[in-house]
Amino acid sequence: MLLALWRLSPYFLTASNLLNIGSQISMIAVISIGATAVILMAEIDLSVGSVAALAGAITAGVLHGIPTSWPAGLWLGVALVAGLGVGTLAGLINGFFTVYLSIPSFIVTLATLSIGRGLVLLYTGGRPISNLGESFAQISWGHIGLLPVPVVIMLGLYLLAWLFLRETQLGRYIYAIGTNKRAVELAGVNVRTIELGIFTLGGAFSGLAGIMLTSRLDSAQPTAGTGWELVAIAAVVLGGTSLYGGRGSVAKTLVGAFILQIIANGMNLLNIQAYWQQIAQGSIILLALLVERQLRRHGGG
Amino acid sequence: MKSLLLKGSVLLMLALAVLLLPLGATSGQAQSKTLTFGLSLSTLNNPFFVSVQQGAQAEADTLGIKLIVTDAQNSLSKQTADIQDLVQKKVDALLINATDSAGVAAVIKNSANAAGIPVFAIDRAIDTSTGAKVVGQIASDNIFGGKLQADFLNQALKGQGNVVELEGIPGSSAAIDRKKGFEDELAAVAPGIKIIADQEASFDQAKGLAVMQNILQANPNKIDAVVAANDSMALGALKAIQQAGAKRPDGGRIIIIGFDAIADAKAAIKAGNMDATIEQQPSLMGQLGVDAGRLAVTDPLFFSKLPSGQFFPVPVKTVTAADL
Repeated sequence: MLLALWRLSPYFLTASNLLNIGSQISMIAVISIGATAVILMAEIDLSVGSVAALAGAITAGVLHGIPTSWPAGLWLGVALVAGLGVGTLAGLINGFFTVYLSIPSFIVTLATLSIGRGLVLLYTGGRPISNLGESFAQISWGHIGLLPVPVVIMLGLYLLAWLFLRETQLGRYIYAIGTNKRAVELAGVNVRTIELGIFTLGGAFSGLAGIMLTSRLDSAQPTAGTGWELVAIAAVVLGGTSLYGGRGSVAKTLVGAFILQIIANGMNLLNIQAYWQQIAQGSIILLALLVERQLRRHGGG
Repeated sequence: MKSLLLKGSVLLMLALAVLLLPLGATSGQAQSKTLTFGLSLSTLNNPFFVSVQQGAQAEADTLGIKLIVTDAQNSLSKQTADIQDLVQKKVDALLINATDSAGVAAVIKNSANAAGIPVFAIDRAIDTSTGAKVVGQIASDNIFGGKLQADFLNQALKGQGNVVELEGIPGSSAAIDRKKGFEDELAAVAPGIKIIADQEASFDQAKGLAVMQNILQANPNKIDAVVAANDSMALGALKAIQQAGAKRPDGGRIIIIGFDAIADAKAAIKAGNMDATIEQQPSLMGQLGVDAGRLAVTDPLFFSKLPSGQFFPVPVKTVTAADL
């Protein structure tokens, strides 16, 4: 597909276009880390987009609300902690209702998807909160060496998540919970705490993604993150993680996220008509899943 | 500060209304009977609809019509009750800004139509497929707005150049009408301006930014202007252009034209980063609503000759730095 795109548009494989794609997908990719862990446990989180929007709005609100006499670094820190805190709290609430009150995560997060969006609209009054300052914009537009900051954040978090899921005992429990939760419980592992922790972490990742988007636009949009839950789930599934839990890899989720953004980017480069784009997007996702399934069957892995 | 101003102007309007009421009442007596209209708004927690209300109130005062305004607070069940109350009060005409185009149809059919009160849809259409009868719809003319975008673009580029078009949510009436108005007018008046990329960005700022980044990649040093079907996409495109440091082929700043005149876009125009946007006229919308209602009551013959649900477009206007 990459080669086909390169053949069709000479601009596709330029360094600046690839870095653009990296920045564009960084937010969904960060959310998809949490989504992968949640789905590995055979749970789901539909609230990610609303939580991201809420975290972004709170961050922007705090940035506007703090007196300018405060040192720049301090107010930026407070705003970031507030945004991440909101995301973490939302994740904790998702986890609490799912794990301790035994309500299916699909229902819990469907509810928080709606509540979160309502809170965003209430907090912003339906209007964007804009002009957030140059230092805040650096989160999405700054560079570390040659790489844009959001790409560095994304790659760093993926490396950590990959190591965590692959190399730690806790990571292996997450796979085991998705395969056979009862057996893990019988082995004396505190499954509830792990589940609660993963939902909370998922919320924190959503919060971070919301902050990254707000920085990218220099504006917290009341409709930000709408539909992100479906894109994140698509990225996870395209990466080969099973929706039934227990099988998958966070590194492949990153590949899945890139495939989705490359499709969108490629269709913009080729100037394909809007109505056709949706048909193409869906068809390519189906095709990619079929190819992946065939490869796995024949590769024996 | 802004909301204070808004509250101030609302108070001022109310004060004016109180002052003008006696005047209205006397001129109303010249006719045989004082008319009473009901205006059911979806929300008053939005400056757009506050302006609709103010325009309607001012026109009602001028014409000596008593206007009863209800605020549904974006709740369909409250709006249903509001409309029932207005019908109970035997208003002579109903102006309805629907919270939900399909949901409000039931109360119109069973209550307002049953009582024989003429109904006008304000801003949003009302679904008539289930049998609700609506005399007319008074809403912004999006096709005309698209035409104004093309006219401004033609003027700014002096008839020559390459433009990127960012469309709204595929299939939505605002997206379709704005695109049609823009493209038809451009083809008619400026054959020298070429649309080199035409992509949808769902009226969304984040998507506008990403799509514009991609378009800039595919068209380096070729783009003279961006025309977006709303301001959010225009502001997203502005961010992409600024971050890429993109310029026009002749080295100038890329022209950006939006639609809706939201506060952020007006600020960008004032700062010289954006060039124009299209502003709706909600106050005029309210005014025309009252006028249409009055016509339906005093001269029913006029509407009997028109198809039911006739669309009455409210003109929109171009806003540039000179207007701010």
